[in-house]
Amino acid sequence: MSRWATLSLAATLLVTSAAVAQTPKSGGIMRAWQRDSPGSASIHEEATYSTNFPFMGVFSNLVLYKQDVAQNSMDSIVPELATSWSWSADNKDLTFKTRAGVKWHDGKPFTANDVKCTFDKVRDLTPDKFRKNPRKAWYSNVRDITVQGDNEVTFHLERPQPALLALLASGYSPVYPCHASAQVQRTAPIGTGPFKFVSFKQNESITLARNPDYWKPGRPFLDGIEYTIVTNRSTAVLGFIAGKFDMTFPLEITPPILRDVHAQAPAAQCVTAPLNVSTNLIVNRDKPPFDNADVRRAMALTIDRKAFVAILSEGEADIGGTMLPGPEGVWGMSKEMLATMTGYGPDIAANRAQARKIMEGLGYGPNKMLKVKISTRNIATYRDPAVILIDHLKEIFIEGELDVVETSVWFAKLARKDYAAGLNLTGNAVDDPDQAFYENYSCGSERNVTGYCNKDLEKAFDAQSQETDPAKRKAMVWEIDRQLQNDIARPIILHDRKATCTGPALKGYTQMVNSVYNGYRFDELWLDR
Amino acid sequence: MGAYLVRRFGLMLLTLFGISVIIFVMLRLVPGNIVDILFDSAGMVNPADKARIEAELGLDRSLPVQYATWIGGLLHGDLGFSYVSEKSAWDEIAPRIPVSARLAGTALLFAMAIGIPLGVISAVRQNTALDYLLRVMSLSGLSVPSFWLGLLVLMGFVALFGTMPIYTQSPRGLGEAVLLVLVPAATVGFRSSALIMRLTRSAMLEVLRQDYIRTAHAKGAWPRAVNYRHALRNAMLPVVTVIGMEAAFLAGGLIVTETVFNIPGLARFLVESIRNRDYPIVQNLVMLIAFLVVTINFTVDLLYAALDPRIRVGG
Repeated sequence: MSRWATLSLAATLLVTSAAVAQTPKSGGIMRAWQRDSPGSASIHEEATYSTNFPFMGVFSNLVLYKQDVAQNSMDSIVPELATSWSWSADNKDLTFKTRAGVKWHDGKPFTANDVKCTFDKVRDLTPDKFRKNPRKAWYSNVRDITVQGDNEVTFHLERPQPALLALLASGYSPVYPCHASAQVQRTAPIGTGPFKFVSFKQNESITLARNPDYWKPGRPFLDGIEYTIVTNRSTAVLGFIAGKFDMTFPLEITPPILRDVHAQAPAAQCVTAPLNVSTNLIVNRDKPPFDNADVRRAMALTIDRKAFVAILSEGEADIGGTMLPGPEGVWGMSKEMLATMTGYGPDIAANRAQARKIMEGLGYGPNKMLKVKISTRNIATYRDPAVILIDHLKEIFIEGELDVVETSVWFAKLARKDYAAGLNLTGNAVDDPDQAFYENYSCGSERNVTGYCNKDLEKAFDAQSQETDPAKRKAMVWEIDRQLQNDIARPIILHDRKATCTGPALKGYTQMVNSVYNGYRFDELWLDR
Repeated sequence: MGAYLVRRFGLMLLTLFGISVIIFVMLRLVPGNIVDILFDSAGMVNPADKARIEAELGLDRSLPVQYATWIGGLLHGDLGFSYVSEKSAWDEIAPRIPVSARLAGTALLFAMAIGIPLGVISAVRQNTALDYLLRVMSLSGLSVPSFWLGLLVLMGFVALFGTMPIYTQSPRGLGEAVLLVLVPAATVGFRSSALIMRLTRSAMLEVLRQDYIRTAHAKGAWPRAVNYRHALRNAMLPVVTVIGMEAAFLAGGLIVTETVFNIPGLARFLVESIRNRDYPIVQNLVMLIAFLVVTINFTVDLLYAALDPRIRVGG
């Protein structure tokens, strides 16, 4: 745990407890910086927290990660539209009692059938379909959803999956009304959340207003929220310093900018935390010579993770495996365990000597370099590490050429497997192995960009997913993570950290430390002005 | 005059037609379409869903059919709908027109109000300390990049006044609302004023050496009247050309200023729409800007005749 990590966690706890100590005041409009114009207002259709941040307040979930607890875990899940939940004896049926008397923003009553409609739509079973459905795979274990009256709904599973609750608690799992089409939810969403949708002006602003009929008595405290879309980060940060915004876009403040904020706005409260987004090396294992496991192993051995961390984040980022490392991550391996995996050993020179030996054995050397295009997306957070990667590959006779891919065609290119090697970023919405493993490493998953497929390991995915004992499950998860790294499935280079800053008047915000997708319900936020 | 107007109008239509073809083809030559962008924010691509959305948006039809559909709609006042917001394209474009028009208009007024008088002064006081100072000012106006100047202005405001004039949904009072227009306009107008000033100066210097100016001075005419009534009027032709060009630039080229000051105007919207491959928005916005530019050029041509009676547009 780095000094910054400790300080950040302490700061989070301090900020939280300080806010709790004061008596909240009602009223006021919170003004927040929104970094870009989200693709739509429909959280189910998007895979970026540019949508969750402004629109999570419009909706409610069945269950949700407790908003004033910084670390998401099974223990921090609380009911929202559900009042309670229970598992069947065989752990294959998850039943929720739902809240009575809740109204949608258009005045219609919420019933358990809305839950069924929502997740049937996510499972692609309804005639009115989402344009995009990035989290359909989350519910692949759900066999059926049935309702018993207006206030009870059951998820019937193919096999036990305790983590289904974690997936349902994510900011990515709001309940939509049966009576609103997918198109309505994209443009003028209807929810049961603390704030009603008022307007979404592309590239300009998003406005929410207090929902007077919110099911939680006395909440929200705020009269509304104004999100101003500012694409230029310099302008936005100056705006925050000048008091134009009560809050920056979450985890968007880099270490150098954070220094500026501290210097120019000493009253601002800033918390640095991991995004649970990993920077990783992707290798097309179908394309020669990368179909040779030895070449992939050599590539993993040459990575100097500490250099990446020092250059890209001034030492702030963390080194870990697939799962976010502790103390913020719940499932991450210890440093000692990490050090035993391919390419994670502290002696970089020895790792590289080993990698060079492999490459020489394959006929490569200083006079016969392996030429390869390193593809990456045309965004600085992708390009910068790709350049460092090229430098590291040179050490083992691989001459990389940067292939900057227009961002709009990046995922299409990956889906076509039209690359040899590349650098990618992968976000985990929920700090739970079910989300990370199935989404990124299971055979046939649309988000499994390297095409890594290990049927035996998939059985291990299922085994850990069914395990109800957290300690046993953790051990299984570590073993899977170790194998993923040793198989060079998608070598994880680093887990980045950035900061969120709030103005002195804003109270009640807790920066979540192991997911950047789940903490924006905002019904407990208030302004002390 | 009538025949000239008809010919110019015909040329305008031809130009607009050419632009419509160019923008339509170029947009489709750029890699990726709106559906790729939509899936980009979902972090995955599902080929079946992609094909379904392409069909839904009419992107699976042949290019001539897509072009005919767009132009047919345009001629009937139907601009289509934004692929991103799913709102009518006109409803997306219309609120941004006054924002950009206000900024461009104020910037142009600022540029003319500063550039023309200072250009005259600089020419009349040629090779004096004041002339040198003004020339340095104009040179810096042309050299300083707009984004840098904009950020500098914002930083200056924050440091000096603890606030800054960037767009937010609810400006605090009239003062802030006025600043939101004046400061960005002055920032962008600074460059235009420098250009106008340099051109006014050189045109004035040429005119001031003419015999009729010397004659006017010799017969004892008031110097200010000579400079402004006789010399400036005759020096205005190239200046009007440049003002026209600047007006055309300001009609759609304010991307940097709009970005730095976070102004929700047409230029920023156009760039974002190009990034999103939002064809209906881009095509219609480009046509709107093209229409403005050809109209400004036409107006400038007519102004020539008004300024210089020797020019006869009918010829």
